[in-house]
Amino acid sequence: MSAWTAGIDVGSTYTKAVVLGPDLAIAGRAMRPTGFQLSRVAGEALAAAVAEAGIAPSDVAYTVATGFGRHQVAVGDVKVTDLTAAARGATLLFPGTRTILDVGGQTMKASRLGEGAKVRSFRLNDKCAAGTGAFLEKTARYMGYGTTEIGPLVATSKAATPISGVCAVFAESEVINQLSQGSAPADIMHGAIVSLVGRSVQLMKRVGMEPEFTLIGGILRFELMAAEVRAQLGAAVNVPPGDLVQFTAALGAALLGRRRLERLAAAPLAEAASLRPAAPAPPA
Amino acid sequence: MAYAAGVDVGSTQTKAVIVDERRRIVARSLTMTGANVTRAAEEAFAEALRSGNLEDEEVEYVVGTGYGRYKVTFGNTQVTEISCHGRGAVQMFPRTRTVVDMGGQDTKAIRVAPTGEIQDFCMNDKCAAGTGRFLGAAAAALDIPLDALGATALRGEKAVKISTTCTVFAESEVLAWLGRGKKIEDILLGVHQSIAGRSAGLARRVGIEAEVTFTGGVAKNAAMVETLTRAIGAPLNVSEESHYMGALGAALFALDHVLGAREPAPAREIA
Repeated sequence: MSAWTAGIDVGSTYTKAVVLGPDLAIAGRAMRPTGFQLSRVAGEALAAAVAEAGIAPSDVAYTVATGFGRHQVAVGDVKVTDLTAAARGATLLFPGTRTILDVGGQTMKASRLGEGAKVRSFRLNDKCAAGTGAFLEKTARYMGYGTTEIGPLVATSKAATPISGVCAVFAESEVINQLSQGSAPADIMHGAIVSLVGRSVQLMKRVGMEPEFTLIGGILRFELMAAEVRAQLGAAVNVPPGDLVQFTAALGAALLGRRRLERLAAAPLAEAASLRPAAPAPPA
Repeated sequence: MAYAAGVDVGSTQTKAVIVDERRRIVARSLTMTGANVTRAAEEAFAEALRSGNLEDEEVEYVVGTGYGRYKVTFGNTQVTEISCHGRGAVQMFPRTRTVVDMGGQDTKAIRVAPTGEIQDFCMNDKCAAGTGRFLGAAAAALDIPLDALGATALRGEKAVKISTTCTVFAESEVLAWLGRGKKIEDILLGVHQSIAGRSAGLARRVGIEAEVTFTGGVAKNAAMVETLTRAIGAPLNVSEESHYMGALGAALFALDHVLGAREPAPAREIA
């Protein structure tokens, strides 16, 4: 049996796929906006990652799906929660990880890990946009900037303008007020990040955070996010390099697939049946 | 004849009302608030003066209210919008005991005494869920003009249950339902029910007592009136001028001042 596995993370904003090679290195990855046709997008992302790995789809021996939309997609031999997948991915990259902060487009999650990358406690916010990437997106949009412009914009900030960050909708009048008082858009954006990080740190405190801290999720693409978390925590933080911050949960899912394969190979026949990848249902 | 004015600087629109000494509305105006709040207040007042054919000097006292009330630089004083909405609602519907005011960014429930005095109030000041903005988000997502939302929702037969709390996430939920083949009418009916449910919850916190008067810009939306009536379980007083209620209340407070300052006047008139 081949040792190639895949992980697919169906997030609220983006769907990410990772193909993990026999050497536990990432052989292929792909990302697509999630949109509303979750199953189709998941299939496309997976196919693109497989193509990048230069293997045939049939070479992938096990696929694990995770993310908020995992139950709405056809792909995946098994589904795992995003917290479990993120824990595996983060500890593969940074073995000393004990606390994970995951800031995505529409959710924010903090979890504390025990031995063996087991999730011991977690807190999440998916009810209020003020604690998620959507807050930054809205703040940028009120000033006429797109999400891709947030990074370059805050890089020019000299000091953060205080932004309350209580509600992503109410932020609009706050932003307009600040602009009319002469604040620079870069400083307002900076202020929005400071306020988002304030919420992140609260969430981390509630899970009983302890070092090492690993930060993941699409919003960590903005370097200022990590710098601000470091400043507010007064501690060092791990951040996966480049766009790997977005692929950590998909990577963890692929790794869980690999572990399943290994157990499958070692397990006695009877137990192995329950671990085997999903096959088309036999005709009745 | 003496005149007094109220200027209600709301988050979305600025309203001005001028009353005469018999408490009759003689002029009103409405303008978008925009970024320059002070200018919006000046424009609204100037427009009201024009429409009432009045000179600046004829208006003896001006009260500012609404979230931008301290930016009404030409005003004589400020009164909170809670007091003004209560006062305005009692003026228009004298039996009012509960006021639900739904504006662009906030929803308030107010319990008033027969005199118009505020007994209790409750508002969403931290979160835009259940405010007019929720409708704005749905309108933007579905690309329907705001003033057509109500009529469209009223054609709905089977409301879609909206599960998101946050106004920002509602936008994507609306699109997701559309993607799953739900009818726009049914989605919008669900959106209205969701807002009505939240507002009725707010009203229950102050204690709902008949009669209930529904004010604010959103009271012009017929589907909102219908869903809120059901959620509250009582008929609602709704006026064509519901969005001027705060400005009217402010103008009445201004008139109190004008009349109060004149108390020694009758003696002179007799003499």
